[in-house]
Amino acid sequence: MPQAAARGDASPVVAFLESQTFRAIVYQFFTAGTVAFLLWYVSTNAADNLVRQGIATGFSFLQQEAGYDVGEKWIEHSARDSYAQTILVGLLNTLYVSVLGVILATLLGTLLGIARVSRNWLSAKLSAAYVEVFRNTPLLLQIIFWYALLRQLPPPRQALDLLPGVFLTNRGLIHPTIVSDPIHLWILGGLILGVALSVLLVRRSRLRREKTGKALPVFWPSAATITGLPLLIWIAWGMPFTLDVPALRGFNFTGGTYQSPELVALVTGLVTYISAFIAEIVRSGIESVGHGQREAARSLGLREGHILRLVVLPQALRVIVPPLTGQYLNLVKDSSLAVYIGYPDLVSVSNTAVNQTGQAVEIIFLMMLVYLTISLSISLLMNWYNRAIALRG
Amino acid sequence: MATPAAAIVKAGPMAELPPPLQRLSIAAWMRENLFSGWRSTLVTLLLGGILLIVVPPAIQWALIDAVWYAADSSACRAAAGACWAVIPEKHRVMFFGLYPYEEHWRPALALLLYIAGLAISGWSRTWRMSILLPLWTALPAAVLTLMLGGVFGMPYVDTSQWGGLPLTMVIFTGTIVLGMPVAMLLALGRRARMPVIRVLSVFMIEFVRGVPLVTILFTAAVIFPLFLPPGFDTDKMVRIVVGMAIFFGCYQAEVIRGGLQAIPKGQYEAADSLGLGYWGKTRKIVLPQALRIVIPGLMNHIISAFKNSTLVIIVGLFDFLNATGAAVSDPEWINYYTEAYLFVALVYFLGAYALSRYSHHLERRLSLGRQY
Repeated sequence: MPQAAARGDASPVVAFLESQTFRAIVYQFFTAGTVAFLLWYVSTNAADNLVRQGIATGFSFLQQEAGYDVGEKWIEHSARDSYAQTILVGLLNTLYVSVLGVILATLLGTLLGIARVSRNWLSAKLSAAYVEVFRNTPLLLQIIFWYALLRQLPPPRQALDLLPGVFLTNRGLIHPTIVSDPIHLWILGGLILGVALSVLLVRRSRLRREKTGKALPVFWPSAATITGLPLLIWIAWGMPFTLDVPALRGFNFTGGTYQSPELVALVTGLVTYISAFIAEIVRSGIESVGHGQREAARSLGLREGHILRLVVLPQALRVIVPPLTGQYLNLVKDSSLAVYIGYPDLVSVSNTAVNQTGQAVEIIFLMMLVYLTISLSISLLMNWYNRAIALRG
Repeated sequence: MATPAAAIVKAGPMAELPPPLQRLSIAAWMRENLFSGWRSTLVTLLLGGILLIVVPPAIQWALIDAVWYAADSSACRAAAGACWAVIPEKHRVMFFGLYPYEEHWRPALALLLYIAGLAISGWSRTWRMSILLPLWTALPAAVLTLMLGGVFGMPYVDTSQWGGLPLTMVIFTGTIVLGMPVAMLLALGRRARMPVIRVLSVFMIEFVRGVPLVTILFTAAVIFPLFLPPGFDTDKMVRIVVGMAIFFGCYQAEVIRGGLQAIPKGQYEAADSLGLGYWGKTRKIVLPQALRIVIPGLMNHIISAFKNSTLVIIVGLFDFLNATGAAVSDPEWINYYTEAYLFVALVYFLGAYALSRYSHHLERRLSLGRQY
């Protein structure tokens, strides 16, 4: 073995230079150096270019007057407000679309996933067809399609009457709203109290079962407290209930609440697209629970409802939750497609700011930071939930 | 002892039972699959009712009353059904966007070559270096020569004039071809023993996966030119493809990492004991196995990249979707965008569906050797 002999003869310095440790150090220095050089290079170039083009740098523009109005907003806002305030309005719209989208997509996706594994041939096949069609076409195309379709609807005078009081027109979706009343706050309080009481009841019942083997009745008492308390408050207050129903006056509706075509198209697109993916996740979750589990539960004498709640769901959720988190994150990030149809979300509002100030670097960096924060928060929340339902051992 | 047993145990063979029914009668099948209980019956009736209300008018609109070909839109205005005539009328703009009209044969030929090349390389009998290497050198060269021109008497066409389905093809393919090496390097980097490389890979992957593709595209289109010295111009389309490739690569890196983690330690040790170096081990032992395990995941992200290629319209490229939008903005045909968009949806659906079918096929084929 001439090679080994040669190496054995070499001095310790050569041995060190040939060692993996040394090479690893060299590689890492080289990589870190390259990255640092690139960062330095692009930042000096950017600084030069910005000075040459007369573009300001830094975040002081956030305090300046934005000068443009935002169509849909959750807080008071006008064109006189600062960029910071305007971008906040956009962020709230992004959050609103995301929350609405996550709730609706979860409901529709779960329904479709259950339909897909149902023994009813028609519902299984229809659900499969839905999933294939909506999963295999681009989301942006779907959003543009819904938006174009909504804009082509008849004007308010010939509005499509979907349900009593719910109309679809070229100005968007209009639906009745309950006129707000101070009592609503109390009803909400009652609801929270009801939920808290039933959580306590569940705890008591579990302790009692662990001690004596007999559980307290849980379902009906908690259902009664959760619905009963708010109902009781409402009745005690004389059952105030006024519905603001849209009515056609002249060329437009008065009353009710408008949801803009942009919002309806965006949410419809997001929900139909993401729910197709959620349906597949729910299906795989249900199918992951082996037949033996159901049969074993049945042979123990559990009722069907109990089998679902105590045996199938806890195991299926473990498979469902991690990929579901991914879909929620996708939905939040995909809501940025709003910029193409002009719904004033974070990206859309910031894009206008880029065009006005020219400070693309700062604004896009800010945008990325906000999305990173949202993504990270959702991940943490879902990881916490996942730990709560995971196997303990 | 024999007497009680004889009372219980049969002496002779039992009469043969008829074989289980191979095929149910239609009525039995319906009872089993559509009306097995009151809940199932209710669902069937409800869904069947909806189908009866929706499907016949849809067929009437899309097929029976439809106008398939018309010289101008007056025939469509007269008809009650779909106006598919908008597609033959506007197909040049839809398929080729802003590309100079007289030169449309070039992107058309490029597209055909590309589809043929894809079909050939999808066929497992051609999986030999002697076929694939020349094919995958000649094909991109031919496609780019045709699209760009400037040689063989073909006038030069700048990438800013590219459009339609060929542009979608270039963006999609560029994303995959540039993105896969990025993905492999990031996946290996994330598992490297060297902390600097590991931290940089993790940071890159998690950052890109945490932001929307739109922000990456804005960065590529608007910010990147600021990073270069003045006078140093880069092609906008190329920048956008690179941005999409990085986005794709960071997602794909996580898929590949899953595959790397699934390789048993013995494989690494065996490679070490054969005296293979890091790259020899990675290229010959680890990656081939890791990639094969994660084919479904890889294909999922490839299909996503295909659908995501539509996002380039946000930064102003005229891909198939944007070119269609431009085509139906013609006031004469503006009322028939539904038909045009449905056609575009069909094209994307066929592409994505074909990819997912092929993924299933590949998964089955490549796991054949491991099914015993």
